[in-house]
Amino acid sequence: MTTAAIAVDHARASRARRLFRRFASRPPAVVGLVGVILVVLIAIFAPLISPYDPAQGDYNHVFLTPFSAGHVLGTDDLGRDVLSRILQGSRSSLSAGLAATLLAVVVGVSFGLLAGYYRGALDTIIMRATDVMLAFPFLVLAVGLAAILGPSLNNAILALAISSVPGYVRITRAEVLGLREQDYVQAAIVNGAPDRVILFRHILRNCVSPLVVQASVTIPTMIIGEAALSFLGIGVQPPTASWGIMLSSAQGYISQAPWYALIPGVAIAITALSFNLLGDGLRDILDPRATK
Amino acid sequence: MTPRLAVKDLSVRFGTDEGEILAVDRMSFSVEPGEVLALVGESGCGKSVTAMSVLRLLPSIASVSGSILLDDTELTTLSAAEMREVRGRDISMIFQEPMTSLNPSFTIGFQIGEVLRRHEGMSRRQARERAIELLELVRMPAPRSRVDEYPHQLSGGMRQRVMIAMAVACSPKVLIADEPTTALDVTIQAQILDILRDLRERVGTSIVLITHDLGVVADIADRVEVMYAGHKVESGPVDDLFENPQHPYTVGLLGAVPRPDLAGGIQVRLQEIPGLVPVLRSEPEACVFAPRCLRATTECREAMPPLELLQPRQHAACFHPGSRVADYSEGVSA
Amino acid sequence: MSENVLEVRQLKKYFSLPRSSGGSVRAVDGVDLTIGQGEVVGLVGESGSGKSTVGKCIVRLLEPTEGTIRLHGRDITTASRRQLRGVRTEMQMVFQDPYSTLNPRMTIGDIVAEPMQLHRLARGRELDTKVAGLLDKVGLASHLRHRYPHELSGGQRQRAGLARSLSVEPSLLVADEPVSALDVSVQAAVLNLLMDLQRDMGFSCLFIGHDLATVEFLCDRVAVMYLGRIVEEVNTTDLFRAPKHPYTQSLLSAAVVPDPKLQRTRQRIVLQGDIPSPINPPTGCTFHTRCPVAQLPLCSDTSPTLTDVTGRSHLASCHLITADGTAPDVTLSQTTENAWSKT
Repeated sequence: MTTAAIAVDHARASRARRLFRRFASRPPAVVGLVGVILVVLIAIFAPLISPYDPAQGDYNHVFLTPFSAGHVLGTDDLGRDVLSRILQGSRSSLSAGLAATLLAVVVGVSFGLLAGYYRGALDTIIMRATDVMLAFPFLVLAVGLAAILGPSLNNAILALAISSVPGYVRITRAEVLGLREQDYVQAAIVNGAPDRVILFRHILRNCVSPLVVQASVTIPTMIIGEAALSFLGIGVQPPTASWGIMLSSAQGYISQAPWYALIPGVAIAITALSFNLLGDGLRDILDPRATK
Repeated sequence: MTPRLAVKDLSVRFGTDEGEILAVDRMSFSVEPGEVLALVGESGCGKSVTAMSVLRLLPSIASVSGSILLDDTELTTLSAAEMREVRGRDISMIFQEPMTSLNPSFTIGFQIGEVLRRHEGMSRRQARERAIELLELVRMPAPRSRVDEYPHQLSGGMRQRVMIAMAVACSPKVLIADEPTTALDVTIQAQILDILRDLRERVGTSIVLITHDLGVVADIADRVEVMYAGHKVESGPVDDLFENPQHPYTVGLLGAVPRPDLAGGIQVRLQEIPGLVPVLRSEPEACVFAPRCLRATTECREAMPPLELLQPRQHAACFHPGSRVADYSEGVSA
Repeated sequence: MSENVLEVRQLKKYFSLPRSSGGSVRAVDGVDLTIGQGEVVGLVGESGSGKSTVGKCIVRLLEPTEGTIRLHGRDITTASRRQLRGVRTEMQMVFQDPYSTLNPRMTIGDIVAEPMQLHRLARGRELDTKVAGLLDKVGLASHLRHRYPHELSGGQRQRAGLARSLSVEPSLLVADEPVSALDVSVQAAVLNLLMDLQRDMGFSCLFIGHDLATVEFLCDRVAVMYLGRIVEEVNTTDLFRAPKHPYTQSLLSAAVVPDPKLQRTRQRIVLQGDIPSPINPPTGCTFHTRCPVAQLPLCSDTSPTLTDVTGRSHLASCHLITADGTAPDVTLSQTTENAWSKT
């Protein structure tokens, strides 16, 4: 038993090590991973590392330039510390990105599985509905939904998630259509396996790789989407800090205080880029079609 | 007689993520004019790589050493442009999968004609007429109407005929056929083998046949080279080799195939060759077949047996040659 | 005479084509097949003959269009999936492609254990023991149970697939070209294994294949299919010694033998043309378009029936076989152009 266990560990470890070596040999992916880890750590420890209360204004010190005494990134139109607001804003950005993606994956994969496995009328209905949603550009659909649902972070997340469901339905359905013809699925049918076993054990487990890759590409889209919704005033509500709101309020002072617009912009760009690089790296090492 | 194609000390290495792989190790063979030479072996033995390196079609991660002489031309030192002239005109190749080897957007007449226009400088009309003749040569039914059809309108057997017509368009000196019948049905395979035989007779083309099917070898080949893990392990005229195989791998291969017992009778168990074909990383110091060989002794595991003339016309690389089958069925422990 | 394990009567499977063309593919067009206790029956034919479709209809991976399928006398043709569940332990299937037959995310041990778990045949320690026993039976080392399919060779994967199928001790195994994707030496090992397991466990087997030599090696009886129909069916010895149907004769003569001297002296018949499309099969005898001895208009007008031509259960469907069982000899019809001989 122990030797067997060691054999399993060995097999798993060698696979993990091989994947890790392939990942490590791609510098952009490593940069992306480091960036993502940093952003996540910042979001978790934001209240601890913030030098000031991000909501506390100081009317004597408005529009301080970066590198001013006590305010590394300066202050905004209400005299709030920009660094503290950026740190706090990372929380709404990340939570929007992760939660919206998770929701989209769960809903999209469920519909995709049903459509691809059962085919027939169900498939037609799901796919036509998907086509209708895909006819609208992602952000237009998200803005429309968020406006209907009303402004709040939760509603923004919901709107973003719904808007990206169609993509997941399509990817999952395409995978399922291919996998259901595999001999091991046929073998499971011959063995009298119930649909639940076939769907989860034999089909879903084998579409994990493309879905992970797709998710890592969706996260930055969601982060940008959240910023856009907040910028338009239908996402996170003041006084909570969000990179989108910061951009939006900086808009009015773009000629007097250009850095105020630049800082949240750079934060959004770095975060989105990190997730994108990580996603590309994951695709390279996980997608057998890209590596074989 | 000088051989038409002479390959000497050909080695092919592939650089991969997991390190270097030695696919072919010091392989030599030659083909006489009008001869059919079969390269036989299982997957991973390097037979296709050998063929691809003759045509210099291997990807850039492969490094090739050795000499490949076509008549008096050394192919390994030709420029890329000169090599393009050789391909299709002097040496051509047919592949296992005729569907992916034809361009789906052009008629088969155009694709056959393209070879003629490039190498023979024919006009469009001449090329079309010649294409019809070639389709007749490969016994395509109704060649005059088929010439304007697209690959998807043809069956697998007909596509393979088109591939052969393209390959022999310029009456090449050497035709390399890589598993030409593996994807085809038995009755279609018989047709294709007949066509190849016909070409050899009428055009005098030398054929290098790459296959794992010993039945096909027995049917069409004059001489056989048996490959294992990138090495030639045995060679000889087809009759001698099948009747009196010397290398234990050849003996094993021949015993592994169920034979249609045309006289009727009880079949015995098939012979098995335990284990797998190894992937070589560097030049081996011992016999490559030793780990799977029931005749292997300490000698085999310490030194590489040289290719020696064992029968009047038969070479084998083995310290313990012989056509004994008993070693396998009795399962002498190694 | 013992009870038949499988009885297939007038099985038909038509696949409808997209609306634009309107027609249908007659993949299987009226097949009768019986398999007795412990019998190994071969089903041979070229691509498009419908042999795999027959196999898939029998295990109900495909819904038959017409006909009946009886397993141990019980009609399963229209049984629902729920009703079939109880029958699933009785019939199993082995697939052709070693690369898609095993779920890449499951270990070999889990794959072999799955059918027993689904049917609640064993659990816990007993299941472990059974899996170990099965792996041993198919010649896989016990440490392989913790490996994933991609770590195994093609032959090992086919062995694992066999272990999965045999785990529920089926009385019928449908083997759909289980060795055609394997290398020669590996093929031999898997064929030997299949033969040994069949002898030891005594299951009946429908072996679907295109290689006549393999079928001869393994089977007691062989049915030859052409364009969705069985054209000849008889015990293996008679089929290879005295084939009656012109198609069987051509097929046997076209198969190459790994013996150069024998191969040179054999009478070879090279059939002209391709297998016709099952969308629009020829009228009358479907083989008449390629048959070297066809007598028109008899063969193109009326469809021959599969009848016993010798009185010793030698079934063949050909107009030209006389009442005393004399079959036409296609080798005599050969033109000199096709008969090639080495000089």
